[in-house]
Amino acid sequence: MSTVLIIFCVLGAITLSTAFLTVFSRNPIHSALYLVICFFSIAGHYLLLNSQFLAIVHVIVYSGAIMILFLFTIMLMNLNEKKEVHRPRITRLGAIVAFSLICIVLILIFINSKPIVGEYTSTGQDYQSIKVLGKVLLNEYMVPFEFASVLLLVAMIGAVLLSKKEKIEK
Amino acid sequence: MSNILNEIGIENYIFLSVILFSIGVCGVLYRRNAIIVFMSIEIMLNAVNLLFVAFSTYHQDPQGQIFVFFSMAVAAAEVAVGLAILVSIFKNMGTISIDKLKNLKG
Repeated sequence: MSTVLIIFCVLGAITLSTAFLTVFSRNPIHSALYLVICFFSIAGHYLLLNSQFLAIVHVIVYSGAIMILFLFTIMLMNLNEKKEVHRPRITRLGAIVAFSLICIVLILIFINSKPIVGEYTSTGQDYQSIKVLGKVLLNEYMVPFEFASVLLLVAMIGAVLLSKKEKIEK
Repeated sequence: MSNILNEIGIENYIFLSVILFSIGVCGVLYRRNAIIVFMSIEIMLNAVNLLFVAFSTYHQDPQGQIFVFFSMAVAAAEVAVGLAILVSIFKNMGTISIDKLKNLKG
């Protein structure tokens, strides 16, 4: 086993186990903390695939902004284990059956499509530095880029309006 | 590091993403807490992003990474609005269990 493969296995194990713990831990704050570790290990995967720009953006957006939002909301609502309602057994069984079925079907699909996936060849050209990505983003994807900015503005205004205190009617 | 996919193999990334996506689906079906459902949706989005980056490396094409960029922007907007909606639901009803939210039941 090469070093890269060992790093991949360790990162993959961390990703999967923390994602699993996120879903199945009882306390919502523990879930959020496990999700932080999961996001950091996914950023590690991006670094392993040599896309530094996305790794940095992922750490900033997910591990920074989104997790702060999650933790803030959880602490605002003062949730704890006692408020977790009892689940009927059929729900758990259904979830586990759906998990296994989706896993099996997707893996079988990808295994059967393996003849299309050939050998990887590296041409050595630069395709994922920030310089190249910026050129592609601002030439070919200029309009979606601007729409993303409008979307973020609308989301920000919407969040402020939704969480604003309503006026007391007289 | 240029021949990273020769050492790891694209199949391993595909399997990792598939299992991560399935864990997200399982979380959406299993948990009743709306915030954890949101976290599971984030896990699913991240699984797809990881597959996008892996195939972008495989094809040596920057467009996959551009799509990941847009998906991150949409995810950030979704989380901001969704958590604001959850906070206002909590203020009005005192709970965020999705079993109790039956106002829109037909």
